[in-house]
Amino acid sequence: MNRYLLIQASDAYECRSDHLRALANGLAGKHHVTLFLVQNGVQAARSAASPLRELVKAGVHVRADEFSLKERGIPADRLAPGITAAPLDLVIEELAAGAKALWF
Amino acid sequence: MTSPRTLTFLLMDAPYESSRSTTALRLIDTALRRGYNVNVFAYEGAVYLPFSKQAPHANAVHGRSVEEEDHPNPKDWIAALLAAAAARGVTLDWVQCGLCVDERGAAESIPGPRRGGPPDFFKFTQGSVNTLVIPTR
Repeated sequence: MNRYLLIQASDAYECRSDHLRALANGLAGKHHVTLFLVQNGVQAARSAASPLRELVKAGVHVRADEFSLKERGIPADRLAPGITAAPLDLVIEELAAGAKALWF
Repeated sequence: MTSPRTLTFLLMDAPYESSRSTTALRLIDTALRRGYNVNVFAYEGAVYLPFSKQAPHANAVHGRSVEEEDHPNPKDWIAALLAAAAARGVTLDWVQCGLCVDERGAAESIPGPRRGGPPDFFKFTQGSVNTLVIPTR
């Protein structure tokens, strides 16, 4: 089992996030996959209507950068179920653990 | 005592153009505080991040002087990261892509960053636990 770290820094209007979701979905179940949302990427973590719920159900660890959430006034209790806030340290931890990292 | 492990980051964005530059510096800071050696390969516009001729400015619209505006320059953040690494006993090895520097006229850097090229990035990746490329759009 490999570790993958996918970093989404753009919101859905800035990048082809459907490609990212397809990649995460394809890897989930077979590998340890973390999707880390940062900068405008945290917009996708809001509310129960988040398109990322399917990834949570598939076993992807979806985390949103605490600082980016605070910058945008998004409280932790407004995140979609299964998505939690995390410090940027998580990226360093995953890199140190050897995760294959991609930035979107 | 074991030697610190090393992480490598490749940056591409020029300062002030994208939040990616800020996030990159946050990641470097986090890695240094956690005791990692850090390599940075600055590519394309990122060679302007440590440009020594960056200068703060006043804000005439809001009537603020240079001092009151306190406009931050990335070169100062990078100088602080270099100092933090030295204080922590780890290394921050910042290499500027030489051809990118030449074509942009960005040779005047703060003390610390050094000139290099893609072979340096290759060596960085070989000597690191992991590498993160932060691409431009």
